[in-house]
Amino acid sequence: MIEGNLTLTKGNFELQSGTFAFPAKGVSVLFGRSGCGKSTLLRAITGLDAGTRGHLSFKGQRWQDAAWHLPVPQRDIGFVFQDAALFPHLSVRGNLAFAARRVPSGRADDAIDSIASTASRVGVADLLDQSVTTLSGGQRQRVAIGRALLSRPRLLCMDEPLSALDWRAKAELLALIDTLARETCIPVLFITHSPLEVERLADRVIFMADGRIERIDSLPDALARPDSPLFDEEGPVSVLQGSLQASDEPGLAAFGNDTLRLRLSLAAGATPSATRLRVLARDVSLDTVQPQCVSILNQLPITITALHNTGQDRVTVVCHLADGQPLMAEITRYSCQALALTRGMRAFALIKSVALME
Amino acid sequence: MTTLTPGEWQAIWLTAKLAGLTTLILLIVSAPLAWWLAHSTSRLANPVAALVSLPLVLPPTVIGFYLLIVLGPQGAVGGTLEDLGLHHLAFSFWGILIGSVIYSMPFTVQPLREAFATIDSRLLDAAATLRAGALDRFFNLVLPLSRSGILTAVVITFAHTVGEFGVIAMLGGSIPGETRVVSIAIYDLTQALEYGAAHRLSAILLGFSFVTLLLFYAINQRVMSPLKPR
Repeated sequence: MIEGNLTLTKGNFELQSGTFAFPAKGVSVLFGRSGCGKSTLLRAITGLDAGTRGHLSFKGQRWQDAAWHLPVPQRDIGFVFQDAALFPHLSVRGNLAFAARRVPSGRADDAIDSIASTASRVGVADLLDQSVTTLSGGQRQRVAIGRALLSRPRLLCMDEPLSALDWRAKAELLALIDTLARETCIPVLFITHSPLEVERLADRVIFMADGRIERIDSLPDALARPDSPLFDEEGPVSVLQGSLQASDEPGLAAFGNDTLRLRLSLAAGATPSATRLRVLARDVSLDTVQPQCVSILNQLPITITALHNTGQDRVTVVCHLADGQPLMAEITRYSCQALALTRGMRAFALIKSVALME
Repeated sequence: MTTLTPGEWQAIWLTAKLAGLTTLILLIVSAPLAWWLAHSTSRLANPVAALVSLPLVLPPTVIGFYLLIVLGPQGAVGGTLEDLGLHHLAFSFWGILIGSVIYSMPFTVQPLREAFATIDSRLLDAAATLRAGALDRFFNLVLPLSRSGILTAVVITFAHTVGEFGVIAMLGGSIPGETRVVSIAIYDLTQALEYGAAHRLSAILLGFSFVTLLLFYAINQRVMSPLKPR
């Protein structure tokens, strides 16, 4: 567990986290608007600000107590900054070696071995002898992630590592971070204000506003509320768990599990998550009978569990799929009345394959 | 141009020794001071910065005068040394060395302070999370990232000490081999109407100063370019 209650005043901004506790496992995302104190809380947790007060423990080890704090170099934290913060006077190899050289012998393990293997793991093996000032934004973040991994951290902190990248680099790095978090089993604290990044990575979401933690939800719980702060102008979103599978049909990929199978049409260059499928509620249509002659490839049997009015004559229909996973559909109130949808009713959810690209 | 006399060689060697030692002492003293000035939020920061910068505006004679009082046989430092059975510091090499250190201090502190202040604090944070302690960060991050500032400090401090006159004239007089540096020797030679020798030494200082500054600009341009933040 990571538990504590931290305060930190920086200029006019005051962080008062309130008491919090969440598992030191998987990916925990700090989510909130710009200026809500995400970065300040992360710096308070890492101990980078000497003005931090309160208490904090990590897996039972005391990190902060009143004005006493464990020095940052002794916390075994890997930190990936928004702008990578690579050392400009060192090459890529030099940056990685800076981390590897300072690992105490007691923390060496087999999960992350050499500079060379870490470099190829994060995709910078060809860049080792380059100066870091010549790298692209995506390459810089890869080096920063590799450097953090090589320090053999017990906690990996990432402060909006993708915000300065173009969409393609962003998608590639999301997939990389996702893979690394699962493979290395290092707990990750990840800051973002992008719901899409939350939906791709998070196991749990720490919602922040006005310098304090509002609530900590698992991702499914965070998405179950129709008014979730994760829903932006695109409306409600469902995240389906499953795995990406090869498909015989040309131009299509399959995603699902034993009882669920969806077909997706991948855009060129897309790097879909291997384990999660993001479905916008407004891309989901409902029908009370299974349509026969329609171009929509995905027709999934569902049970309606709730109906929420979401203003402007729209209804968010919360459904359960055959395997129990929740799926939301956003339809007009007119359609809802025409189909006479009610709780407990069985129906079919229709999703176009081209809507499933991410 | 005839060759240099042993007395002139002595003045040149003395000048180089004084400037070299001054630069070395100032680098060691100024690095922590400049770091503190660059990052301190203390109320003392401004008064200390003003104090260090005084030699920029004060006539060298004023500094030389006060040092003569303090380091001389009746002064707080000189008198104490006398009481301990040692010699006071007026009219001695160690006296003009102290004078040079004080007089050239702003030329070391200022470039270092600027270099330290422009280092991105996130780099230091990143190093701390990679288990680098304060000294580790200073030697492996701050110093290499400040190399253009350090080079500036070294060259300007050395050159400025070579060009020093007033403080030494006040505090050291003109003792051959002890305090008679090139600038003092030129003054003495001119007073004695020995224009040929004054010409030789002046030309050497002029050439040295120009070449130093030229080298400095050439190196600085090359050293700084790969370190420019993106």
